[in-house]
Amino acid sequence: MKISVADVEHAASLARLELTSEEKELFAGQIGAILDYVEKLKELDTEGIVPTSHAVPMENAFREDIVQPSIGVARSLANAPEREGSFFAVPKVIE
Amino acid sequence: MKYQPVIGLEVHVQLLTDTKIFCGCSTKFGSEPNSQTCPVCLGLPGALPVLNKKVVEFAIKAGLSTNCSITPRSIFARKNYFYPDLPKGYQISQFEDPICQWGWLDIKVDDGETKRIRITRIHMEEDAGKLVHGELSGRDDGSGVDLNRACTPLLEVVSEPDLRSSDEAVSYLKQLHQIVTWLGICDGNMEEGSFRCDANVSVMPVGSSTFGTRAEIKNVNSFKFVKQAIEYEIQRQIDLIEDGGTVVQETRLFDPNSGTTRSMRSKEEAHDYRYFPDPDLVPLVISDQWVERSRRELPELPEQRQQRFMNELGLPLYDAEVLTASRALADYFEAGVAAGGNAKTVGNWIMGEITRALNDTGTPIESCPVSPGQLAELLQLIDNSTISGKIAKTVFDEMWKSGKAPQTIVEDQGLVQVSDSGAIESIINGIMAANAGQVEDYRGGKEKVFGFFVGQVMKASKGKANPAVVNELLLNKLKG
Repeated sequence: MKISVADVEHAASLARLELTSEEKELFAGQIGAILDYVEKLKELDTEGIVPTSHAVPMENAFREDIVQPSIGVARSLANAPEREGSFFAVPKVIE
Repeated sequence: MKYQPVIGLEVHVQLLTDTKIFCGCSTKFGSEPNSQTCPVCLGLPGALPVLNKKVVEFAIKAGLSTNCSITPRSIFARKNYFYPDLPKGYQISQFEDPICQWGWLDIKVDDGETKRIRITRIHMEEDAGKLVHGELSGRDDGSGVDLNRACTPLLEVVSEPDLRSSDEAVSYLKQLHQIVTWLGICDGNMEEGSFRCDANVSVMPVGSSTFGTRAEIKNVNSFKFVKQAIEYEIQRQIDLIEDGGTVVQETRLFDPNSGTTRSMRSKEEAHDYRYFPDPDLVPLVISDQWVERSRRELPELPEQRQQRFMNELGLPLYDAEVLTASRALADYFEAGVAAGGNAKTVGNWIMGEITRALNDTGTPIESCPVSPGQLAELLQLIDNSTISGKIAKTVFDEMWKSGKAPQTIVEDQGLVQVSDSGAIESIINGIMAANAGQVEDYRGGKEKVFGFFVGQVMKASKGKANPAVVNELLLNKLKG
């Protein structure tokens, strides 16, 4: 399946990835090959088969509505590249 | 050209659970930022979300109360986008197979008629975190992220584009708001965002069957603003089209200060959410038995209660509607009737004196200082002629202030009504003697002075004379 550089750029921008032009060419080819394989799978007759969303045959895993201890502000923010008081600090995002 | 607005609403209902939808962190409002977080709601790698059963129970109740079908097998999906308030890079929501589908609400429209508004779906999802701007000390260039709200359970209720005016939209919203608060699944606080609404608005020429391009308006957090925002948006689109422009599909933000909507930066590709089933959450299977159990657990809903108040207690439609504005109010009314009050009278007092006093003092009905039983006792004092209706209002004010029983107040303050005709007659005699001129006027045909005499007698008796007895005796006496 032919994947254009523009397709790769679109997917990259959705995933917030910055790619060089060589990478775009490379991934266009690789993604195309993957999709070719999916095309091949589509040859199988799946009429009447419910799409599989989960590999494990399990349903209804619940928890009760009972408060459990949180991990605390210090541990929550431990991996934050930047913090300000008890907040995670990020670049300004107001429009 | 005349234009027809077309409106659909997406309402986010924050659920009144103690914990978040996929982890055991508290949902308490107003705590220290990031103090109610854990690996699941922080979106740390390897953390496993587990569904809060109460969220499912609440969703089923909401669905049954809005005439939806409950989907026997539903799944959760990841909605992928990037924003700093969304730590995982996706929101767990439902896409295909939401828990409730194909419902409707009958809303009241202008002329007392009802109009059916279809509900496309109700699905469960998690809320995002909260961003704060400018509050961060020493940082003008940054925003702060508080993830306490991340993973708070929401229901999103999506209507079909069946609404045709801002009034219909408000009517629909109010009814939905009444239902979720009545069920006790949402506190309904719009200012705090517990019940919030996005409106999809478009216009088309009257008579057309093709909808125009729609704009989605976000951030409308009161009934008044919903009306304002929709009306502004309708006019903006009409003006745009009349001037030869075209409406673009975009997200617009309502600004309550100016009453206008403005374009948010176009998201272009951002709407490609690449939904896919979330492998971390197993399918949700709801049996018929579960649905039926939920149905049995439903409280009597506002609509049904209104009907019962009309059919069994003989209330007029207006009274029934007012008294079912909230479940607490309806409960208060019924308790008053159960305590022996006449339904119509109890209703009148609630809609009159009690509502006035509640409003004046900003008290919710739940903490009304006069209990339904005390109200019924007060009304009994009127019924058995111990006090007049007028004095009852004085007694009521005292009950409100002191919390004392009406009987005690009446006795302490000597407010017992005087029905003894001898006593009233002597008052009348005195007043007629002192106002001979007015007596002549009355007898000469000026019947209007009758009111003057009633007033004088009541005044002389300090309001305690039984008005019916006063009227009867006065009439006889004045006729000579």
